[in-house]
Amino acid sequence: MKVRVKFRKFGPIRFIGHLDLMRYFQKAIRRAELDIAYTSGFSPHQVMSFAAPLGVGLESNGEYMDIELNSVTTGEDMIKRLNASGVYGIEVTAMKLLPDDAGNAMASVAAAGYTVRFREGREPAFDYVNKVSDFFYKDTIPVIKETKKNTLEIDLKPGIFKFIANDDKSLYMLLDASSSGNIKPSQVMEAFGAEYGETLPDKAYTVTREETYMDISKKGRRRKLVPLDTIGIEIL
Amino acid sequence: MNYKLALSDDILMKIEKPARYIGNEVNAVMKNKEDIDVRFAMCFPDVYEIGMSHLGMQILYDMFNQMEDVWCERVFSPWVDLDKIMREEKITLFALESQDPIKDFDFLGITIQYEMCYTNILQILDLSQIPLFAADRDENCPIVIGGGPCAYNPEPIAEFFDLFYIGEGETQYENLIALYKEYKSAGYSRREFLKHAASLPGIYAPGLYEVKYHEDGTIADFMPTEAGIPSVIRKEMVSDVSNTYYPQKPVVPFIKVTQDRVVLEIQRGCIRGCRFCQAGQLYRPVRERDVDILKQYAVEMLKNTGHEEISLSSLSSSDYTKLPELIDFLIEECGKKKINISLPSLRIDAFSLDVMSKVQDVRKSSLTFAPEAGSQRLRNVINKGLTKEDIIQGSTLAFQGGWTRVKLYFMLGLPTETEEDIRGIAELSNEIAATFFDVVPKEERKNGKVQIVTSTSFFVPKPFTPFQWAGQCTKEEFLEKAYQTKRAIGSQLNQKHIKYNYHEADASVLEGVLARGDRKLSKVLLNVYNKGCFYDAWSEYFHNDIWMQAFEECNLSVDFYSHRERTLDEILPWDFIDCGVTKEFLMREWQKAQQEIVSENCKQKCQGCGAARFNCGICIESR
Repeated sequence: MKVRVKFRKFGPIRFIGHLDLMRYFQKAIRRAELDIAYTSGFSPHQVMSFAAPLGVGLESNGEYMDIELNSVTTGEDMIKRLNASGVYGIEVTAMKLLPDDAGNAMASVAAAGYTVRFREGREPAFDYVNKVSDFFYKDTIPVIKETKKNTLEIDLKPGIFKFIANDDKSLYMLLDASSSGNIKPSQVMEAFGAEYGETLPDKAYTVTREETYMDISKKGRRRKLVPLDTIGIEIL
Repeated sequence: MNYKLALSDDILMKIEKPARYIGNEVNAVMKNKEDIDVRFAMCFPDVYEIGMSHLGMQILYDMFNQMEDVWCERVFSPWVDLDKIMREEKITLFALESQDPIKDFDFLGITIQYEMCYTNILQILDLSQIPLFAADRDENCPIVIGGGPCAYNPEPIAEFFDLFYIGEGETQYENLIALYKEYKSAGYSRREFLKHAASLPGIYAPGLYEVKYHEDGTIADFMPTEAGIPSVIRKEMVSDVSNTYYPQKPVVPFIKVTQDRVVLEIQRGCIRGCRFCQAGQLYRPVRERDVDILKQYAVEMLKNTGHEEISLSSLSSSDYTKLPELIDFLIEECGKKKINISLPSLRIDAFSLDVMSKVQDVRKSSLTFAPEAGSQRLRNVINKGLTKEDIIQGSTLAFQGGWTRVKLYFMLGLPTETEEDIRGIAELSNEIAATFFDVVPKEERKNGKVQIVTSTSFFVPKPFTPFQWAGQCTKEEFLEKAYQTKRAIGSQLNQKHIKYNYHEADASVLEGVLARGDRKLSKVLLNVYNKGCFYDAWSEYFHNDIWMQAFEECNLSVDFYSHRERTLDEILPWDFIDCGVTKEFLMREWQKAQQEIVSENCKQKCQGCGAARFNCGICIESR
């Protein structure tokens, strides 16, 4: 049975890269003695896939991975075991059973929400809190994207679903995170700064991914974003 | 756990593998500083991935942290990228767990596993802002103590250390820590503490000894400068390896380290007595761990780490008496949990091939033989029991079992080596390839061929071996021998199935110099370090030309330390250490080597090496 695991990543652990995070969970699942399924063959490995790799240095409150289990206890018990054998900075917050027809985690990802906080003393000089909506309502937000072979101009606008300032002067952005249109918070911040004549390097702020979303709308209808494990059911 | 990191986000984001520096790994030990009397920083002076793969450090980390009032933390060499930033920004080196500066610790313990890390020791001290020379340190500095195999000849680095611990760490540290607490509360001076410490078994305080030299540079006299300080220091050793410390919850790194698996040390020491091998002499007598305890450790450690592989560790696993029982247990236990078993240092025979075919993919794995010398004559000189018949028979069985890849390890530059011995390397490689074509019928040859990989390293004479008096080849001689090997392999019938690799000669010569060096070498080490050398164990950062320049500037000769054969009456820099085997035994073996006479191993017949006075292990067991 396929189980979707939701977890947080924070503190010193934000400097662990994606591949090492996978290794972490492979070992954590063994320590927690979950009954995970293995691929067959001479070097069997755990059936495990991640939704959206998180960049090094970013924190998250809404990461997901899918694992295949041969048997389960309860969600509560398995969460407790995973966290008890884990480290400070990785916290499993939910485990839900997926319906048989659920698509894989990575292909399901449509969007992700991020909070951007400026580091103390590194806030931009312009009135960024009030400029956020001006920027968001522009018709186009052209940026230059450098690929391995050449540079091309792309428009960020269709991929920015939401961009607002929070009461504590942090920024929230909901961005396209699908495989075809993924946008990084740093791309938006760079364009945002450039619009008002400032460079906003990524070390000027921290980024927390708040949630990862899938789109459950019917084909051709308006986007309807829900957290990735909404389609799962509690394991009682 | 620890929220605070010593390095800023800016720095962590611009260096390679920031996870090397953040601590917080599974099973890392955190303690409340208020409850702690003694803070011990345990250092492996190389990069994190290498240091974290070292079992000895995990054993001592676990041992120290079992002491309630001691907190032992880890520290490694920052990689070159971070090293540069730390120097530019004057950031002091810190321990991984608390992220506190090393200079505020009570002890800095450095495990010294190979000679080419000596400059990294200076890097660690320098980045920690601790004076490089022990003589310049005061009561506010940590006590810098060295241990590990290189501590058996500590002289080249003696001036940088306050103390050395000679032998296995499990036995004396508790006493040393107790003494330190006494000293701390009574407000003794640093020197008084070092004097007291020097009277503990196995502890060497180099600052309390003086060396005098003859005009030719050899040692005239080595003695303590004060009364009550021992003139000979005997190694420390665990007599019962079953009932001692063993880390059942080793730290699990986030990043992939070299030894990314559970390591089960099945025994210490080796019965074989190969004459070039230092470990084989230092860790005598061989002591086996109880098989039931090992089974229990294996299960516990796999559970506590979540590792997907377990490996047996020892100098010669095939000699472990209960090996079949242990392996059967592991195959059964690990099969259920999809855990891989890795079996290094197995002698190739029907038993080991059967085991290997059960635990690994025969098609993808290769077999390893270490004949070390190309001819039977030279194998007798080095006392390597392996015969050509053993190798051909092992290969035959292996080829029948489906293996097609064989790795062979040899040394070049062994004492008494001739061109004929070197040709023997090529001929043996060829014969193994020929065996494949004899044994495996054409229609059964997978991919149609066999692959022999022949590798040679250059012989480095080490202290406390029968070859400690031997002259080492020069770089030019080494390279000539490598070319001879290459030519000889090229002229073999099956040469296209043999791949030949050889090491760099420069580093082997320097390793030889440092291994058998004396106190005068500290000048050279400081000189090369000040010229920017460290990470010498990494070929991309090893600069032989700078080292050669340093020897010249210090007026010291490389050949004096490496190429010169010592006479039997010379005082060797490490003679004040008693490693268990006697000098008389080593001399006997050196003479037997020259007469090409083999010595029986410890299981066959006691050779009277001197280790029997430890009254344990093979020395007291019935053979």
